[in-house]
Amino acid sequence: MDFNDTAEEAAFREEARGWLAQNAAPFSIEPSGLAEDEYNALCKKWQAVKYDGGYAAITWPVELGGRGGSPIQQVIYNQEESRYQVPSSIFAIGLGICIQVVNKFGSDDHRERYVQKALRGEEIWCQLFSEPAAGSDVAGIRTSAVREGDGWRVKGQKVWTSGAHFCDFGILLVRTDPDVPKHKGLTMFIVDMKAPGVTIRPLKQINGRSDFNEVFFDDVFIPDTDRLGAVGEGWHVCVSALMFERHAVGNTLGFLEYNNIMDIARDTELAGAPAISDGRIRERIVDMYINSRAVDLLTYRAQTALSRGTLPGPEQSIVKAIGAYQGQQASYLAMDLRDQFGMLAPGELGEAWGIVEYSWTWGAAMRIAGGSDEILRNIIAERVLGLPGDIRVDKDVPYRELAA
Amino acid sequence: MNFDFSDDQKLFRDQARKALGDACPRKEVRRILETGASHSEAATSALAALGVTGAAIPEEYGGLGLGYYELCIAAEEAGRVLAPTPLGSSIFLAAEILLSAGSDRQKADWLPKLASGEASAAYCDAAANGALPRFVDGRLHGKCGPASDVAGAAFAIILGAEPDGGRSLFLVPFGGDGIEVRTMESVDPTRPVSELAFDGARAERCGAAGAGPDIISVVKRRAAILVAFEQIGGADAALEMARDYALERKAFGRPIGGFQAIKHKLANVYIKNEVARAHAYYGAWALSNDAPDLPLAAASARISATAAFSLAAQENIQVHGGIGYTWEADCQLFYRRARFLALQLGNVFEWQERAMNALEQSNAA
Repeated sequence: MDFNDTAEEAAFREEARGWLAQNAAPFSIEPSGLAEDEYNALCKKWQAVKYDGGYAAITWPVELGGRGGSPIQQVIYNQEESRYQVPSSIFAIGLGICIQVVNKFGSDDHRERYVQKALRGEEIWCQLFSEPAAGSDVAGIRTSAVREGDGWRVKGQKVWTSGAHFCDFGILLVRTDPDVPKHKGLTMFIVDMKAPGVTIRPLKQINGRSDFNEVFFDDVFIPDTDRLGAVGEGWHVCVSALMFERHAVGNTLGFLEYNNIMDIARDTELAGAPAISDGRIRERIVDMYINSRAVDLLTYRAQTALSRGTLPGPEQSIVKAIGAYQGQQASYLAMDLRDQFGMLAPGELGEAWGIVEYSWTWGAAMRIAGGSDEILRNIIAERVLGLPGDIRVDKDVPYRELAA
Repeated sequence: MNFDFSDDQKLFRDQARKALGDACPRKEVRRILETGASHSEAATSALAALGVTGAAIPEEYGGLGLGYYELCIAAEEAGRVLAPTPLGSSIFLAAEILLSAGSDRQKADWLPKLASGEASAAYCDAAANGALPRFVDGRLHGKCGPASDVAGAAFAIILGAEPDGGRSLFLVPFGGDGIEVRTMESVDPTRPVSELAFDGARAERCGAAGAGPDIISVVKRRAAILVAFEQIGGADAALEMARDYALERKAFGRPIGGFQAIKHKLANVYIKNEVARAHAYYGAWALSNDAPDLPLAAASARISATAAFSLAAQENIQVHGGIGYTWEADCQLFYRRARFLALQLGNVFEWQERAMNALEQSNAA
């Protein structure tokens, strides 16, 4: 065991660190003070700087605008970048998933047209899979595409689409054949979010913000040349997209941590003494530390796999299963420590309380998004432990009969 | 970044798994439970033959001087088969106490025998109501217990009281006069514990007078990591047993492992096991490198491995249903060992305090 970088890794870290020191500082900001369009503009500016520096897509070939580096270099860069509060969240889905799918399943023309602009942050992408009637069971989607001339006519509705309201393009999963079982009649397309017939409506969340949208497709025309993968192969493309998401190593959720709770517990009283001396609080801080530290250590395990040129195991599913729930629970602990004042919002308690509210609201969201707690446990049970899949009564039934 | 064991170490793990699997199938553990034998000769000699007993003991004292990684790996495999052996008392505790506090003569007398497996040692730092045996003029008076792995041991290392009230460690050779041994009834008879009653038994200090608690604190920290490996080995084996049964047992027309109530239960066990494994692996590194954060790493490994083994053992019974509660089913072997290992090095509250104190030191306001 050795937690140090290899000589090559250390050299790359040094290089990345030097570049960030020169370039990242002006972009290191507290995003809460900015309006959405100001924040997005800053994200785009930073992404362009990153692209020009050769850090936008470290593992991609140079001819596509990448650096031709290794996955472990990407992890090292992410670690170094995380020392700065650079604005980049609007690209997470586009660069983490969508453009990877375009690269893997698209044509040369697609790569030529879309990749560089995405990597430079000039165009933002979203992912259009989930629907009101198809969440965890995403293969049950209803949005349909029917052939028309040299393209397709799309009708239906998507939901939970992060950032749709400022995105330029999306990858869209639709049903192209309702006469075969549900997984078999799907196809993936690139869709222009500004195309006629696309209507985007923000969804107001329990935190009052609108990160997600509903997206309506009213007879939207998509040329067949914007298809990703073969007709009827959409499920395969979709699963690959979700794999890109799962293999993203070292993305932290940014929730309350044990050290935040320690700070609050030092400044509050419980039964006439500093809360940090109370056994109940100490036990919970230790439990939080054990989970948080395990998340770091599991990330090291995944990094070890990448370092050897293999794919990480199921560690990353565990990381989200632990982290999201803990973030939610930690917010309760923080609020309880402030007693009745814990019911107040950051507007009353000060901006530093924002992380508590964020963990409380976004913690609930992250237990659902990107594979719910329950789906993650199914994945562990089936793929790691080898337990049987659920009985799927709809598996061999033509989709048309299910929808009826 | 290389957060994994080396290829050689993994090869050693494969050898240990094979040797211990052959020497100590579950019917051997059950034999110890049902006959009241003190330990499994087969498992004990397999560990000695693998070089485990001497792995971390320096060559000058007859060991292999390999360091702790091999011992961690072997502990996991011993835990996996629930090996009824004195490895914990003899190697994780007594040998470590001799190494860190013993006199040159004590080391030379005993370490080669512990390393070769020719002798084993018992260990005890507890006494009812805290009334430790008293040490007066080279002799011990009073009782202590539960002491682990007394039967078959050549000597014990115990915590006793000096006339001035200071607490010291003492080395007590067995076989002399003035020692009575009573086997205590306990949760896990496959790892038997005893009460030792001293009536003027000869003993010698191990380490300085009054230094007992400090020595124990440091040694238990190292032992916690080794025992954590034993615990994750047991936790993995309990999970595998539950998984196998869930695939085989049918209810409502299909294997019960197809129901989400069972799938999610076992996924939760898997998550806890992986959390514990991550901490144990880091603990192995911290132990091998005497890292500054060893106290926190040890407490984290201890707490997470105890939680993992407890959950895995209890849910193994639950998945088995009524049959899991019978004497004939092997579920009880895990359920018993999980409790024994959870208590042997001190309760969870002690380790939570250790962890919290370390966090407060490293995260001072």
